[in-house]
Amino acid sequence: MTDQKTADDTPLLDVSNLRVAFPTRNGVTEAVRGVSFTLGREKLGIVGESGSGKSMTGRSILRLVPSPGRVTADRLAFNGEDLLAASPRRMRDIRGRRIAMVMQDPKYSLNPVMTVGRQIAEAYRVHSKAGAAEAKRRALEMLAAVHIRDPERVYDRYPHEVSGGMGQRIMIAMMLIPDPDLLIADEPTSALDVTVQMQVLAILDDLCSQRGMGMIFVSHDLNLVASFCDRILIMYAGRVVESCRASELHAAQHPYTRGLLASLPRIDEPPGDLPVLSRDPAWLEA
Amino acid sequence: MIDIRDLRVRFGQGADAVTAVDGVTLSVREGESFGLVGESGSGKSTVLRAVSGLNDEWTGRIAIAGTEQGPKRQKSFYKLCQMVFQDPYGSLHPRHTVDRILAEPIAIHGLGDANGRIDRVLRDVGLGPAFRFRYPHQLSGGQRQRVAIARALVLEPRLLLLDEPTSALDVSVQAEILNLLRRLRAEHGLTLVLVTHNLAVVANLCDRLAVMNRGRLVEEMTVEELRRGAARQPYTLQLLRASQGYDRATAEGFRDYA
Repeated sequence: MTDQKTADDTPLLDVSNLRVAFPTRNGVTEAVRGVSFTLGREKLGIVGESGSGKSMTGRSILRLVPSPGRVTADRLAFNGEDLLAASPRRMRDIRGRRIAMVMQDPKYSLNPVMTVGRQIAEAYRVHSKAGAAEAKRRALEMLAAVHIRDPERVYDRYPHEVSGGMGQRIMIAMMLIPDPDLLIADEPTSALDVTVQMQVLAILDDLCSQRGMGMIFVSHDLNLVASFCDRILIMYAGRVVESCRASELHAAQHPYTRGLLASLPRIDEPPGDLPVLSRDPAWLEA
Repeated sequence: MIDIRDLRVRFGQGADAVTAVDGVTLSVREGESFGLVGESGSGKSTVLRAVSGLNDEWTGRIAIAGTEQGPKRQKSFYKLCQMVFQDPYGSLHPRHTVDRILAEPIAIHGLGDANGRIDRVLRDVGLGPAFRFRYPHQLSGGQRQRVAIARALVLEPRLLLLDEPTSALDVSVQAEILNLLRRLRAEHGLTLVLVTHNLAVVANLCDRLAVMNRGRLVEEMTVEELRRGAARQPYTLQLLRASQGYDRATAEGFRDYA
């Protein structure tokens, strides 16, 4: 399924029959219903509308599904290690250092009462034995790596003093400083302006290829994912309805994917009614 | 329909003052659908809020339907001009039913026949009478935005101001709302002003657009020109390129336009 495998042919991430269930008063609601995929050192896009289970899929890999949600899977292995069997202590070690996550809005992800530099340095020191001076040096390097022009100045800023685009670059710097093998990015650029979005994606793209990192890119934006990722999973109602190479999204087969693509307005098309998606109950089981 | 001359809006005082809108002049004809495009902080929403009377700290000249407007608006102004906001989760009262939400503007303007008006407007936005006694939390995002549009339309305005009306919605729902707006515009002869960051939405719904950056109007063009990529200003061209999906080489060339 994957084109690139790790050296010993173990996929970076191997997910089989992943389910996330939430018990409610009216019975159990399944947000993710049997998702399977493998990931190598590539950029995998997970696309879907709200409620499709795309974010829950990303979160369940890090076991960050909030209580009372339950995650089950036939297999959820990272570099051959079973994540569902890992102890909480082991998970803390994996989170951040081996698998990192970038969320949508830097406004809510950064600590508002701590300078951004200290937050990045902290992320480094938690996962290494480095001293304060070494951590600061690495943090400044990392700020430069995400194309922040004056790292020394930004290091001493508080989150409210930086723009949204810079905040997201800071988040990326913080997530990448422990040098993880896998980055899960959940709508990392949706809160940003289009031009800033492109610049942030270029940084992620470069860091991925330079470090040989795998990436899961969760987004609702089909065109963006098609132009940025290598491979795409399209989710609907907790299931993967279709998976294809990003370059071949336009030739997608599933009626849901085709309906979504058709409902997007396009700059180069004359104005007129857009085809409206009519949902087929059969898609729930497909 | 709308005539704006040298509009300026400043927030804050002294050294902290920010000029959000810096001398904008534009006009929108009766029956036209006009797009106001820009990135965050460009001042596009501030222009709309000054036109709608939500912001009264502006200088310049705003005339709506030939009548010069001051900072405070008369009740009759809101009969003429209504607004729809971005987030249908935030713009509807959570403890009012759809019926009460729609009855309020009718009562304020003393229009009478509330029953008939609510029934008609709900059908008009494709919801039907079954939705009349529901609460917002019982509706999906698209249905809520239809209620917000119904609340604006129930006064039978001639001018509808839309601030990012589809940005909080899924693409499949966005298509439904865009189709609805197109139909309502044709049926009621509405003038639309649409503020958005999405050029594709403008291309779908508008006749003409203006691009804003840092409080200034960068460029006015027709949607036909937009479709051909015939922008004159480098800022507009950059915005167009950024809207066409990710490309490593293109992202490299982006710069800030002051």
